[in-house]
Amino acid sequence: MSPDNAEQQATEVLERVVIRFAGDSGDGMQLVGDRFTDVSAAFGNDLATLPDYPAEIRAPAGTIAGVSSFQVHIAGTDIVTPGDAPNLLVAMNPAALKANINDLMPGGAIIANSDAFETRNLDKAGYLGNPLEDGSLAAYRLYSIPMTSLTLEAAKGTGAKPRDAERSKNFFALGLIAWMYTRPTEAITGWIAEKFGKNQIVHDANVAALKAGYNFGETAEIFEHAYTVPSAHLPAGRYRNITGNLATAYGLIAAGHQAKLPLFLASYPITPASDILHELSKHKRFGIRTVQAEDEISAAGMAIGAAYAGHLAVTTTSGPGVDLKSEAMGLAVSIELPLLLIDVQRGGPSTGLPTKTEQADLMLAMYGRHGEAPLPIVAAYSPSHCFDAVLEGARIALKYQTPVMILTDGYLANGSEPWLLPAAADLPDISVKFQTEPNGTGPDGEPKYMPYLRDPITLARPWAIPGTPGLMHRVGGIEKQDVTGNINYEPSNHEKMTHLRAAKIAGIANDIPPLPVDDPSGEAELLVLGWGSTWGAIQAGARRLRANGVNVAHAHLMHLNPFPANLGEVLAKYPKVLIPEMNLGQLSRLVRAEYLVDAKSLTKVQGLPFRAAEIEAKMLEMING
Amino acid sequence: MAEPVTLSRKDFSSDQEVRWCPGCGDYSVLTAVQLLLPEIGILPQNQVFVSGIGCSSRFPYYMNTYGVHSIHGRAPAFATGIAAARPDLDVWVVTGDGDGLSIGGNHLIHALRRNINITILMFNNQIYGLTKGQYSPTSEVGKVTKSTPFGSIDHPFNPISVALGAEASFVARTHDMDRKHMTEVFRRANAHQGASFVEIYQNCNVFNDGAFDAVVAKDSRADMLIDLHHGEKIVFGADGEHGVMLDEFGEAHVVSVADVGLEKILVHDEQRPEPSLAFALSRLASGPYEPTPVGIFRAIERPSYEIELSRQLAAVQERGGAPDLDGLLGSGNVWEVV
Repeated sequence: MSPDNAEQQATEVLERVVIRFAGDSGDGMQLVGDRFTDVSAAFGNDLATLPDYPAEIRAPAGTIAGVSSFQVHIAGTDIVTPGDAPNLLVAMNPAALKANINDLMPGGAIIANSDAFETRNLDKAGYLGNPLEDGSLAAYRLYSIPMTSLTLEAAKGTGAKPRDAERSKNFFALGLIAWMYTRPTEAITGWIAEKFGKNQIVHDANVAALKAGYNFGETAEIFEHAYTVPSAHLPAGRYRNITGNLATAYGLIAAGHQAKLPLFLASYPITPASDILHELSKHKRFGIRTVQAEDEISAAGMAIGAAYAGHLAVTTTSGPGVDLKSEAMGLAVSIELPLLLIDVQRGGPSTGLPTKTEQADLMLAMYGRHGEAPLPIVAAYSPSHCFDAVLEGARIALKYQTPVMILTDGYLANGSEPWLLPAAADLPDISVKFQTEPNGTGPDGEPKYMPYLRDPITLARPWAIPGTPGLMHRVGGIEKQDVTGNINYEPSNHEKMTHLRAAKIAGIANDIPPLPVDDPSGEAELLVLGWGSTWGAIQAGARRLRANGVNVAHAHLMHLNPFPANLGEVLAKYPKVLIPEMNLGQLSRLVRAEYLVDAKSLTKVQGLPFRAAEIEAKMLEMING
Repeated sequence: MAEPVTLSRKDFSSDQEVRWCPGCGDYSVLTAVQLLLPEIGILPQNQVFVSGIGCSSRFPYYMNTYGVHSIHGRAPAFATGIAAARPDLDVWVVTGDGDGLSIGGNHLIHALRRNINITILMFNNQIYGLTKGQYSPTSEVGKVTKSTPFGSIDHPFNPISVALGAEASFVARTHDMDRKHMTEVFRRANAHQGASFVEIYQNCNVFNDGAFDAVVAKDSRADMLIDLHHGEKIVFGADGEHGVMLDEFGEAHVVSVADVGLEKILVHDEQRPEPSLAFALSRLASGPYEPTPVGIFRAIERPSYEIELSRQLAAVQERGGAPDLDGLLGSGNVWEVV
């Protein structure tokens, strides 16, 4: 279906475009967004995506609460965010229009399914009149298209009943947008065949709707012309598009592979972390054991049990699940076993915003256990970076025999970007040796295993697993005697063990790379320090300022506990420091307390990522202030 | 094959001083286990004892095996992780009535439902000992304790009924006054493939002394303990004068054998797939003051979790061939930038 009338309709080349598909949660907007992303990725665009959907499985149809959207930013240049404001809004009903219109760029385009703009839906969305007809959208380029009736017409002959055929209207929209942005549709029809091949009628109706949408764009002459976004000049190599949760799952598989250990995941379903459980459950070929536990606590307990038994053990969760695992994490700190806890952060407190993003669990990760219970924290900063963060977390957990918390968030989990595929052969070897021989001498002069005799450099204790003759030992949450691991309540021993546990984690600072600073001019006065998923928005904001000749430095923390050894030095170099966070200033408090710098905080807690413009504005204010 | 190793109690005893109160029932359970293990013949390095929190949960420290003294109520979860990861290990859970049935009730029933291959020894002393004497979920109504000075108004659990309700594949009861009985029950429980649940009536001589005397004292046993034997009529009493009979509702009652005739007396069948009969037996006594069944209520075969998990892995690995990390990472739509 390549445009054969290209002579009549010249295409306009765009450097970038941001499209938001919005509709009812039953309208299949996430699917359409995914497919459009997929073809754009294969086309060679750089891209970033932002899905946004309600927590309810089926919120009342036609209401604002039920609106689901998917934003994709495609570009011919290197981009780092899903875009601040869409250039094009696809609105499948009045509620979708109402919920999203304020985000649309001035002069941007709206493609609306006019069939859905009838009285009942207008009422549900709170419109007094029909915005498609009353001139209220005059500031935008409005294309009213009766997508439902055109889809029904196209599906005639497929055997689909009208009620079923109507569901294919998302493919009509996809076909139309594919034409608008000159995307090839073969990959989409291939995907439809794979997904719906078993149900001929649904398959045919979807293909018919897709083609009808494409052909409508080509023939209806309501669009001036189609657009194209050229492929981006990304570094050479093989790419795929990847979401944060998928990258996390792959990171875990790779970590097991690179550690030469079987991977064990125990998890309890929770949004938005469940996809990691789903993904790992598929890959039994890699010897991965996944257990869906009866609750969050059990999942943590099972993982610690598996770690004691010698597996690379993981538990995945989000917000409330982390609270529930806290006691088990304290035990893991105390018995010093390698364990990964992946927290896909979401809006809190309590149930909060299950499907929305936030990064407000940093203090929880740092301090959310009773007693002095430090553990390393690693945070991913982009969807594909989840892979690296997991591998790094696993390296630390194994080398230092400690639980590690890995922080991602809802935005990273469901957002996607192209990923330059690493070669397995280039991944680090993170394997460690099990203890197989006694490492000490008992009171009787016989060789004896000392479970708390530490490595003098890393302070890690040895890892002796059940099945090993002669190394039988007990671990538990009661304070242990240094070296022997026997129960011990002596005051001086507890103080010594508390300091040893702290020193072990603090010492990891010597084993992580110094914090790199992105300061091309070397003359910036303002340092923007970030962590986690704010990376893209901070980078984009900084690039915009630099393009206008304004200097700004950006440093982004992957290691939050311990901090990189040079962080104090980096902070001291800049007279002004800004820390943007999707919380009320958690990193900024840690940094101020640790380094006594007057770091300013920029906060946002709307369940949505920062826009580059928001950060850019704050940077300018501080630079000029 | 290596030479068979002769093991003794010493091989299973750690060098740690046992610190239960003098006279505690836990000692006799520890002895029974330490004497049994050499007979079972599984080497100490292949044994793992996992516990939660409470007096009985100190048990692993006294065993010269691998062990985890975990957190309150969660021992079945830790044990599940160990057993699921390593089906080659012999995994035990030591828990109490507070640990296993109160704070950890959820993990207990799910471990039983899942039928993971672990042996659960639930020390029931009907009191919180380590926290110095509050009522537990198995304490009788009216119990006066520090937290119930006017008597407990909480209805207690019947642990055997709970385990059967969770469809445990092995359910038994024994008591700390009869080492031989304990040993035989533990032996069967450990040999069972799947989750085994053993309730042990255990005397806390400090906070609930004599709680089980009415049924376990030597001179009471004949008339108060109903020892279950598979395939045999359920009779008890010095001369077998008492028996158990089902009524028209399937409820079990203690009857006089002379009154009803031996042919009406129930024959115990621990292997019935349907747990109703075992459940009826578990309801015979509402507490250790009436004739109480001990021994094995139920021992059936059903698939155990870790074996099914290993089987799925093996089946997929056989079909899928060697794992290929590069292949996995590069699955889906991949494009080349030159």
